[in-house]
Amino acid sequence: MANLVNLTIDGKKISVPSDYTIMKAADSIGISIPRLCFLEGIHEESNCRVCVVKVEGQNGLKTSCSTKVTEGMIVNTDTKEVFEAVSFNLELLAGNHKFECWKCSRENSCEFLDLLRRFNVDNDFSDNKKFDIKEIVRNETSDAMVLDSSKCVLCGRCVSACEKLSGLGILNFSNRGSKTYIGPAQFHNLEDAGCIYCGKCIQACPTGAIREKDEIKVLERALRDKSKTIVVQVAPSIRAALGEEFGYKIGTNVEGQMFAALKELGIHEIMDTNFTADLTILEEGTEFISRVQNGGVLPMFTSCSPGWINYLELYYPDYISNLSSCKSPQQMAGALIKTYYAKKLNKKPEDIFSLSIMPCVAKKAEANRPEMGRDGYRDVDLVLTTRELARIIRHRGIPFRELDPIKPYGDLAQYTGAATIFGATGGVMEAALRTVTEILEGHSTPVEFNEIRGLDNIKEATYRVAGIDVNVAVVHGGAAIKEFMNRLKTTDKQYHFVEFMGCTGGCINGGGQPIVSAINQEKYDVRKLRSKVLYNIDQNTEFRKSHENPAVKAIYKDFLEKPNSHKAHELLHTHYNKRSFYDVKF
Amino acid sequence: MLDKMHILICGGPECRNSKSKQIRDKFNEEIKRLNLGDDIKTILTGCFGLCALGPHVLIYPGEKLYSGITLDDIPEIVEQHIAKGKPVERLLFKGVFDRTKFKNRSELTFFAKQERVALRNCGIINPLEINEYIARDGYEALGTVVTTLTPQETIDEMKKSGLRGRGGGGFPTGLKWEFASKSVSDQKYVICNADEGDPGAFMDRAVLEGDPHSVLEAMAICGYAIGANTGYIYIRAEYPVAVERLQIAIDQARELELLGKNIFNSGFDFDIEIRLGAGAFVCGEETALIASIEGERGMPRKKPPYPAVKGLFGQPTNVNNVETFANVPPIFLKGSDWFKSIGTEKSPGTKVFALGGKIANTGLLEVPMGTTLREVIYEIGGGIPNKRKFKAAQTGGPSGGCITEESLDTPIDFDNLVKLGSMMGSGGMIVMDEDNCMVDVARFYLEFTVEESCGKCTPCREGTKRMLDILNRICEGNGTLEDLDVLERLANMIKDSSLCGLGQTAPNPVLSTLKHFRDEYEAHVIDKVCPAGVCSNLTKYLVLDNCIGCTKCARNCPVDAITGKVKEKHYINTDICISCGACKAACPVNAISTKPEDWEAYNG
Repeated sequence: MANLVNLTIDGKKISVPSDYTIMKAADSIGISIPRLCFLEGIHEESNCRVCVVKVEGQNGLKTSCSTKVTEGMIVNTDTKEVFEAVSFNLELLAGNHKFECWKCSRENSCEFLDLLRRFNVDNDFSDNKKFDIKEIVRNETSDAMVLDSSKCVLCGRCVSACEKLSGLGILNFSNRGSKTYIGPAQFHNLEDAGCIYCGKCIQACPTGAIREKDEIKVLERALRDKSKTIVVQVAPSIRAALGEEFGYKIGTNVEGQMFAALKELGIHEIMDTNFTADLTILEEGTEFISRVQNGGVLPMFTSCSPGWINYLELYYPDYISNLSSCKSPQQMAGALIKTYYAKKLNKKPEDIFSLSIMPCVAKKAEANRPEMGRDGYRDVDLVLTTRELARIIRHRGIPFRELDPIKPYGDLAQYTGAATIFGATGGVMEAALRTVTEILEGHSTPVEFNEIRGLDNIKEATYRVAGIDVNVAVVHGGAAIKEFMNRLKTTDKQYHFVEFMGCTGGCINGGGQPIVSAINQEKYDVRKLRSKVLYNIDQNTEFRKSHENPAVKAIYKDFLEKPNSHKAHELLHTHYNKRSFYDVKF
Repeated sequence: MLDKMHILICGGPECRNSKSKQIRDKFNEEIKRLNLGDDIKTILTGCFGLCALGPHVLIYPGEKLYSGITLDDIPEIVEQHIAKGKPVERLLFKGVFDRTKFKNRSELTFFAKQERVALRNCGIINPLEINEYIARDGYEALGTVVTTLTPQETIDEMKKSGLRGRGGGGFPTGLKWEFASKSVSDQKYVICNADEGDPGAFMDRAVLEGDPHSVLEAMAICGYAIGANTGYIYIRAEYPVAVERLQIAIDQARELELLGKNIFNSGFDFDIEIRLGAGAFVCGEETALIASIEGERGMPRKKPPYPAVKGLFGQPTNVNNVETFANVPPIFLKGSDWFKSIGTEKSPGTKVFALGGKIANTGLLEVPMGTTLREVIYEIGGGIPNKRKFKAAQTGGPSGGCITEESLDTPIDFDNLVKLGSMMGSGGMIVMDEDNCMVDVARFYLEFTVEESCGKCTPCREGTKRMLDILNRICEGNGTLEDLDVLERLANMIKDSSLCGLGQTAPNPVLSTLKHFRDEYEAHVIDKVCPAGVCSNLTKYLVLDNCIGCTKCARNCPVDAITGKVKEKHYINTDICISCGACKAACPVNAISTKPEDWEAYNG
């Protein structure tokens, strides 16, 4: 424990540990110093200069996010000088900002707008007759994400998030001075730069400068098109986070209201991706058993997370044969909706609009992969993120908080507890183990595998199954993926089964989930609170093992025959390709 | 050293442009042709300093200084001076104004007023020859330090000397070394900051090109003091000659085991590598420089942690600038007391300045701290050409401010310049006369900072650009009084809240011109007139009564706006005139004016 030091902030005398910054000390007594670029543990570069304060006896102003407290220090956070600096800096940023708040992806979670309001900032520098307005640079050709300099405040939080959370460092400052903008090196497009679309940059961004590719209009068109039957699927982790967009506390389960809101929107058929998560376990579990028994490539890698798939195809293509051939639950659902379910509804596949609500921006690109469709139609026509869903619900004036919860009314919606924990790190592995151990042992095995739960970046465990020591590992977040893959190259340990997720914490912390402000990221571990929702659902469901799901049993009986059957392979499995990036073109 | 005849040819950047290499070759050729023997040495040295009048050749014995010579003059010099001992008076340097008498080098005011510590070997030795450096006591300081002093004693001597960083900030060097020495680590670094980027500054370049070993020696001393055995010289790639000479110097020093393992059998290891910068001004800021060496984008980092604690590759690092290092060996050779005897109490030693602008002796000079600006400009610099009136001198380049006539007698040192609203900076000094528009000068410097801002922090990236937008409008005649207020408020805010030195000092040229020349700003925004006749939108040209009717102005006018008969007063049609200034430049009798008072008189 660091020593305590005494200081005065705005006339209040306090004692705080000596390793505190002025900002942290002020926070501890409820004085909220404005901040824009500060993202604790990720980006602490002090470059926005919005958190400046006056320290008595020192020249100029000091950034409170980086200046450590010292004994006897006298700090003022609200002098004329400080106010002038903060509001001038904000006004300078506003001068180049393209205000389109009504259609901005960050309409209700913009940290920049909050500060402009708080300081009641003028907007004199935006007069393009008097001032040179910065040229806009947009990087918007990828299927998943958009970088838009007209909304960017150049805080650099995305740059640090990409480097520290994804372990990639694709984003950086380009150009210099007043022409600076954020993007991949050498003016490359995002899709050519080795980006895995994990969206950590989006979650780090205080404004709408980095965002999912906004496709709300596509859904609006489909809703107007009376020839279409819209079938939606919702990923496990949406219900654990969507409520935050409507003022619920982080970690509130809003499953029933979520389905009700989808119904209110005019969606015809409501499915649950949880169903195909269960299906995935049977396909993937069977594949795993077959690899173990027939000397297939081990360790087997899970394939649910498109961020991870991107990572592997781009950076570790030598390991492609380790990947399970299973499609992700989203794509399994898409394939079933356009075949099995279309037939059930007595509809042609082209008359069905397959909508998917995902916590993820990489899912948008996944749905566009050429192999994810057949006969000229896509299995998933549109992927919206949790945030986009929330926006369209708001825009349409649906009173989310007042909705009565409903159950989904599509056929492919029944799920087990195993499916629901897919949304958290370790969940896919745990769900697979629940089924695989039982099949191999031939009798009932334990439900919970606590060793692989939790937020450690890399979790490892060994389970004795049918006479074999099965070594499993769970890896989440780009930085941990990098670490683990390097470990894999050098270790002698024979891993059997490894779960990978592109985002730290898993889907509950996906790049498409509701934005948590920098201040709240400091206060709460979002990953813990949201994943708790999923584990609670798991504990309270009737069935907790995927193979016990009656609807899964039924679909094998009616349609798919058995796991890894020819039919299953045709619809539920896929292949992966080595991809390159930063191709130099002449 | 100089019993035999030596021909020293200035190899500074300006003289190189005037073919100093070919001049040396021509001398050799002529000496050979006349069979004058092998005893005559021709040496291409570093910069002499008198850059405006090169190329220079200095011949010993007798220290006869030739200037502005051409290849065709050489046979005569060799035949007369070298062979017969009769200097060619026609070609000897005769000063700028009084061209009647030639003087020997040491009699020239330009040199007599100088005290050369950092430049002690520049223009004297061959920088490609380590033995010439050693002959002038080179590497003796290093030998003494590593064999007789402890690291702490080395630091103590440095602290006693009172040497302050010559890169601009003026931080005490000994203290800086002590901080780095107190940081505990197995690996520490010494960095020489040779990223000289101020417009018009070439002090570091002169040292590196003229006396590279002095920097190497000092870096090794510093390494010994702080416990580092690796040094980097971060130098801009635009200095290819300096880079080449440094590399030769490093190789020679390694060969003589003055760099490398076990230097002077003391057990101390030290080696140096060169790192090239891509020419970003901000990389002269030490944390940005460190980032650049690490292979990152050259952007400053927050301080603390200071480099002395967490610098290059996260290790304790000491960064000093070239000139600072060049002062180190003499301090250990002659002692801190000797060093303190030069200069002022709080700023001991000397300072090298690159003198430019409206000044007779454009060039490089080194004077004791405490010398007044008047001595520098009027005595060493030779005053303002063309009988123009002094208006201001800008020190510290884009980070500094202007000093006006009333402060000409202030002794120059770190603290006094700050008090005057300027700063020492690395030592660029630009002299301006009545023909300079101070708004335009401020705009020039700001344009530079806007270009060179790295883009990291808001005030510098966005704020300086907005200041420039305002200045552009003022210069175009679209400024308002309210703009001046916003300009000043922005300037103070940027100064207070920027991340690094570049941003914190960027508004200085604006603030100081606003302080000293507010009337010029007001003339631009209220009267819509540029009193100096620089801002073309705000300038109207008028022919005065002393016109002699030579027709030069009319012939030079690109738009035929000037009419008049030979030997009669000419007239400018202001409706046609595009205010390019060609007439004013062409007029031999100063009969073309842009001054508001002349217009008033004309309009009656």
